[in-house]
Amino acid sequence: MLSCKDFLKELSDYLDESTSPGAKAELDQHLKECPNCWVVADTTKKTIQVYRGTEPRAVPDRLKFRLLAALESRMKARQKNC
Amino acid sequence: MADTAETFDEGSLIARAKAGDDTAFTELLTRYERKIYRLAKNITQNDEDAEDVMQEAFLKAYSHLDNFQGNSKFYTWIVRIAVNESLMKLRKRKSDKLVSLDEQVDTGEDLVPREIAVWEDNPEAQYSQEELRGILDKSVESLAPIFRSVFVLRDIEDLSTEETAEALGISIPAVKSRLLRARLQLREKLTRFFRRKGGNVLAFL
Repeated sequence: MLSCKDFLKELSDYLDESTSPGAKAELDQHLKECPNCWVVADTTKKTIQVYRGTEPRAVPDRLKFRLLAALESRMKARQKNC
Repeated sequence: MADTAETFDEGSLIARAKAGDDTAFTELLTRYERKIYRLAKNITQNDEDAEDVMQEAFLKAYSHLDNFQGNSKFYTWIVRIAVNESLMKLRKRKSDKLVSLDEQVDTGEDLVPREIAVWEDNPEAQYSQEELRGILDKSVESLAPIFRSVFVLRDIEDLSTEETAEALGISIPAVKSRLLRARLQLREKLTRFFRRKGGNVLAFL
């Protein structure tokens, strides 16, 4: 029998589906029997999903202009050396 | 339109950039600037540092494009540069007590969950986009840098365990152990916002 502590140690690999089939069967079984671990596993999975689903914000214009200006001077210097 | 995805596939963009076509490099920059800026901000937790990191990362990528071998993705390569720059900034500031990314003894005692409550079916829908971003950003910000950096690379930027280990210069077991802790800590924090309201918290039984 797997303890809750053993289950939690494997939780990340379990959610990433990177456990061996034998270990997965044991973890699946623990989930069926332990409501607390089921909640922790379910809400951890949702935690990952909510972060994976976020789109990055636009880069502020000021920063983009600064970056392009710096890049442009590098580009000019490179062309001179060619 | 002749400018199809095929014309602008990454391999040909890189080949053109290497051959001196600067518009190709600018196209690569446009493709990844948002993600690199997000990464820098998430790791450094400082606007000024994030801006410097982003600028340095793209300037270095441009200057060292010849070193890019093409056996990894361009994105992974520039992520590695940006992570290095971010960690240097973090160390320089020393505002965090836990800036060291060295391995630590793993006892497993910190894994015990405190908040055990089911979430609403669609917890994100209860908040506006801006509110949700605020909750997610604040929660990541509150993680110690050693956990935050791993979570950002694995679960926000979607790097593999191996790529994350390489970018941070730590072992694969360290990535896994820190990722687990980061995920569990974030789960606790988000549970405060997303838990099912009312008397139905044991609905799963």
